[in-house]
Amino acid sequence: MQVTMTVNGSEVTRDVEPRLLLVHFLRETLGLTGTHWGCDTSNCGTCVVLVDGEPVKSCTALAAMTAGHEVRTVEGLADGATLDPVQQGFMEEHGLQCGFCTPGMMLTARALLDRDPDPGEDVIREAISGQICRCTGYATIVRSIRWAADHPADRDAAAATTDQEVPA
Amino acid sequence: MTTVQDRSAMPQEREPNPALGSPERPIGFGRIQRKEDPRFIRGKGRYLDDVVLPGMLHGAILRSPLAHARIVSIDTTEALAHPKVHAVITGKDLEGLNLAWAPTLSADVQAVLATDKVRFQGQEVAFVVAEDRYSARDALELIDVEYEDLPPVIDARRALDPGTPVIRDDKEGQTDNHIFDWEAGDKAETDAVFARADVVVSQEVVYPRVHPAPMETCGAVADYDPVDGKLTLYETTQAPHAHRTLYAMVAGIPEHKIRILAGDIGGGFGNKVGIYPGYICAVVGSIVTGKPVKWVEDRSENLMSTSFARDYIMKGEVAATKDGTILAVRTHVLADHGAFNATAQPTKFPAGFFSIFTGSYDLEAAYCSVTGVYTNKAPGGVAYACSFRVTEAVYLVERMVDVLAQKLQMDPAELRLKNFIRPEQFPYKNKTGWEYDSGDYAPALRMCMEQIGYADLRREQEEKRARGELMGIGVSFFTETVGAGPRKHMDIVGLGMADGAEVRVHPTGKAVVRLSVQTQGQGHETTFAQIVGEELGIPTEDIQVVQGDTDQTPFGLGTYGSRSTPVSGAAVALAARKVREKAKAIAAAMLETRPEDLEWEKGRFFVTGDPTAAKTIQEVALGAHGTVALPEGIDGNLDAEVTYDPPNLTFPFGAYICVVDVDAGTGKVKVRRFVAVDDCGTRINPMIVEGQIHGGLADGVGMALMEFIGFDEQGNCLGGSFMDYLIPTAMEVPDWETGYTVTPSPHHPIGAKGIGESATVGSPPAVVNAVVDALAPFGVTHMDMPCTPARVWEAMQGRATPPI
Repeated sequence: MQVTMTVNGSEVTRDVEPRLLLVHFLRETLGLTGTHWGCDTSNCGTCVVLVDGEPVKSCTALAAMTAGHEVRTVEGLADGATLDPVQQGFMEEHGLQCGFCTPGMMLTARALLDRDPDPGEDVIREAISGQICRCTGYATIVRSIRWAADHPADRDAAAATTDQEVPA
Repeated sequence: MTTVQDRSAMPQEREPNPALGSPERPIGFGRIQRKEDPRFIRGKGRYLDDVVLPGMLHGAILRSPLAHARIVSIDTTEALAHPKVHAVITGKDLEGLNLAWAPTLSADVQAVLATDKVRFQGQEVAFVVAEDRYSARDALELIDVEYEDLPPVIDARRALDPGTPVIRDDKEGQTDNHIFDWEAGDKAETDAVFARADVVVSQEVVYPRVHPAPMETCGAVADYDPVDGKLTLYETTQAPHAHRTLYAMVAGIPEHKIRILAGDIGGGFGNKVGIYPGYICAVVGSIVTGKPVKWVEDRSENLMSTSFARDYIMKGEVAATKDGTILAVRTHVLADHGAFNATAQPTKFPAGFFSIFTGSYDLEAAYCSVTGVYTNKAPGGVAYACSFRVTEAVYLVERMVDVLAQKLQMDPAELRLKNFIRPEQFPYKNKTGWEYDSGDYAPALRMCMEQIGYADLRREQEEKRARGELMGIGVSFFTETVGAGPRKHMDIVGLGMADGAEVRVHPTGKAVVRLSVQTQGQGHETTFAQIVGEELGIPTEDIQVVQGDTDQTPFGLGTYGSRSTPVSGAAVALAARKVREKAKAIAAAMLETRPEDLEWEKGRFFVTGDPTAAKTIQEVALGAHGTVALPEGIDGNLDAEVTYDPPNLTFPFGAYICVVDVDAGTGKVKVRRFVAVDDCGTRINPMIVEGQIHGGLADGVGMALMEFIGFDEQGNCLGGSFMDYLIPTAMEVPDWETGYTVTPSPHHPIGAKGIGESATVGSPPAVVNAVVDALAPFGVTHMDMPCTPARVWEAMQGRATPPI
C-alpha cells in the first residue's frame, strides 16, 4: 500500500506492507536510524518519535497509521547546524551515556517543553516515565531537560560552541 | 632615586602555558563534555542494527518453547519453500561443519543449534535466512519441530538429588547435574574461630536471577567473502579481540582473516561479553548464502536466552564477640549456572572473585565454598556489572553485617566503623588471598552519614515508628576487586588478562590512541583522550580514540569487570609516557642540549634555568617527523605501544546509605533518598565518574525492588519481556546524592581504580537493608530481593520467603 506523510518537514510517499511498523519504516525504508528499537511491548520508549507533536512509540504504530500526519524524529530536532536546547542540555548535563535511549528521551523532552516551558522535576520525571534508560539513573536526564527549559534562547550559542568543539 | 633593575636576575616573563587548559576546559583530567555526544544527540550513532550492507539478508532464530525435551524431528520443508527464504539451518547442518556445539568461556560447550535435546526455554533450534526481517519471522512459523517432553530441573536446590534427570547427557561421563566445587580460605581455622565465638548469626541469602538488559539487544552482521576467505563481523561485543581469537579457534577461519567491528554499543553491562549462538548462525548464514546476514535478537530473546546474572543461593554465617567485633565469615553457595556453563570469568575462578566476601573488615578467618549446578535455564552467570561475582559477595557480607547488628542491637553504621580494615593496614592481605591495594574506609562512611544526616534520620525513624509508620535506613559499605589480571593468575580461555594501547602523535601534534577495550557508553573516547592529554599536554579535541576494530587496534581482553581504566587506562598512560621520553630526546636534539638538562612542564620541555628555551610537544612532533638530526637510537616518529599486565587488581570502595518509606497498607517501597560516597582513586572526568555511579545506583534499586527472572515449575521463563521484567523508570529512583574521597591505587600509573560497577555492587544491600530496617517492627530480620509490594507485604505477615 502507498503511504504519504511528512517526516521532519518533508513529504514522503512510499509503497509499504500494511503491517510495516513505523519504527521500521523510519529506520529501514527512509534510513533514519536515529530512531531506535528496544522492546516489542511499548515499555522501553527508545523508539519514541513525535507524531503531530506528541510522543508516540513507533514500535507499536503502523506506518500506515501515520499516513497524513507529521512525524518528527531526532534527525529533525536540530535546525540545520543549530541544536535544539534539549540536545545542548543533554551534552551539558551528561544526560546520555550509550546514547541508545537518547533520541526518544529528547523528543519526549521537546514535546514536554512545547507544552510546559517551565516544568518542575516531578513533571519531568512523569513525562519520561514511559521510557527506560539503563545507563544514567535518570537524574542527569532530568537536569538536561531542566537545562533546556532554562536556556530556551540559547540556540545560536549552543550551535556555535558545539560545532566548534567537536565536529559531528 | 630610580634604579635600573638587572632583568636577567628576575624571573623570566613567561607566556601562560596553553597546555594547562582553563578551568572551563581543562587539558587532561577534569570535567569536560564528552567527545562522543555530538553524534549521539543528532541520532548519528552507528549501532549494530544501523549497519546495512549491499545484498544483506536477515536471520531469525526458532527457539524451544520447552525447558527440557528430546527433539524427535525437525521439518523445514515449508519454510524452505517460502519465496523469500534463502536458507534454513538446523543443528544437523551445523554438525556437518563441526559447529553444532561451541566452547563456552568456562571450559564447557554450548549447543549453537540443538541437535539432541533442548535444555532451556528459548534455546536455539533453527536459523532462517530470508530477504527481510519480517519474512524471516514468518518462516519460523513454518518450521515443524516434534518434541518429546522430559521432566525439567528448575530448582537448583534439587538439582543434585538422586534420580534427578541428567541435563547434560551430551557430556561423556556426566551422571548428575554437578558442575564444580570450589573453595577459598581456611576451613579448619574458620571453624575453630566460630566454635569459640560469643555470637554466631546465620541466614540464607538469595541473590536471584536478573538480567543486564541493555537498551540495545545483542546482534551481529556477518559478511563472509568467499574469494579471499575474509570474515567481517559487525557485533555487539565488549571484547572484540577475544571474540576474534575465539572465532578463529571455533570456526577454523584464520585469525588474520577475521575482522571484528563493534561500532557504537547501546549498553552492555556484561551482556555483550559472550559469543551467542545467533552470532555464529549469522556467520554460517553468510557462508552458506554468500551474502551478508544480519541477526538481531528481540527483547524476549535477549531476556530469555542471553547471559543472565547472579542466581546464587548463599548460606551466610558470621562469628563475632558480644561487643561487636567481627571475627570470621563462612558461607556455602549453591550456584545455578543454567543448562550450559557459559559464564565469562577467569579460568582459575569458577565462582569469579566471590572470595572477596570478607568485605571491608579486618577478620581472623574466612572460608567459602561454592557448588555449581546445571538446571534447565538459560546459560550465563556473570553479567550485569558484577565485577566477576563481587556483587554477590558484597551483598552477602553487607546483609550479614546487618543481621549481626540487629542481633546485637547495635547501630549498623557503628558496627561497620568498629570492624573496618584500618588505613595503616594497607596493603591488606585478606583471609582468602586478596591483597587490597589501598583504602581509608571510615572517612568515607562518616562523610556519607554526615551528608545524609544519619543521626537526624534515626530520630525521625523513632518518631515514625511510634506512630506506626514504616521508615528504613540502610547502610552498606563495599570493597571491590576489579581490573583483572595479573595475567599469570587470570586468563579467559587461555588468553591472559592484559590490554594493549598505542599512542601516535602525528606531525602536526594531533594524536591517535588505539585501544583494545570497547566502550558501551562509558565514554572511552573522552576519558582515554584525557589520559593522553594529562600525560602529554595535548588538548583532548586533538586526540582521536580508536576502538572496536580488530584490524586497527592492539590485542587485549576488552571491557568488563571494570577493567578499562585499571588496565587499558594504565596501558594508555604508559604508552604516552614512552612517547614523552622519546619526545624528550628529540627536544634535546632540537634545543642542542642533553635530555638530562630538560624539564617537562605539561605540554613542553624547557632547559633547566631557562624556561624560554622550550619546545612544545607539537613542535617536537613536527621535528620527529621532519629533518631534525635524531639522536642515536631514536627513529623518526612519536609513537609508542604498551601491553599492560597489571601487578595486582584495584580495590575501589564506597559507603552508601539509603532511606526508604514503606506503605504499610500495600507494601510498596519508596526510595526517598540515596547518598553514595565513592572512592575510585584518581577521578579522570568527574562528570563521567558521577554518571557511572548514577547508573549503577538505578541498577541496584531495580534489583532490590523490581528486577527478577523467575521460572515456573515447567521451566517457563516468567521474566521474558519488559511487561514482566521490570526496570526502574524515572519514577522509581530518587535524585541521587553523591560524594567522594580519593585514595589512589599505589600500583596504578595514574592511581585510578575503576568505577564502572561500584554502584551496582554496593547499592542493592543498602536498599534491602533499608527495607528490612523498615520492617523490623514486624520482627523481620531478613527478606530476599526483589522487595516487591507483594513480597514486602508477605514479609510483614511473617511470611518472608525466598523468591526461588
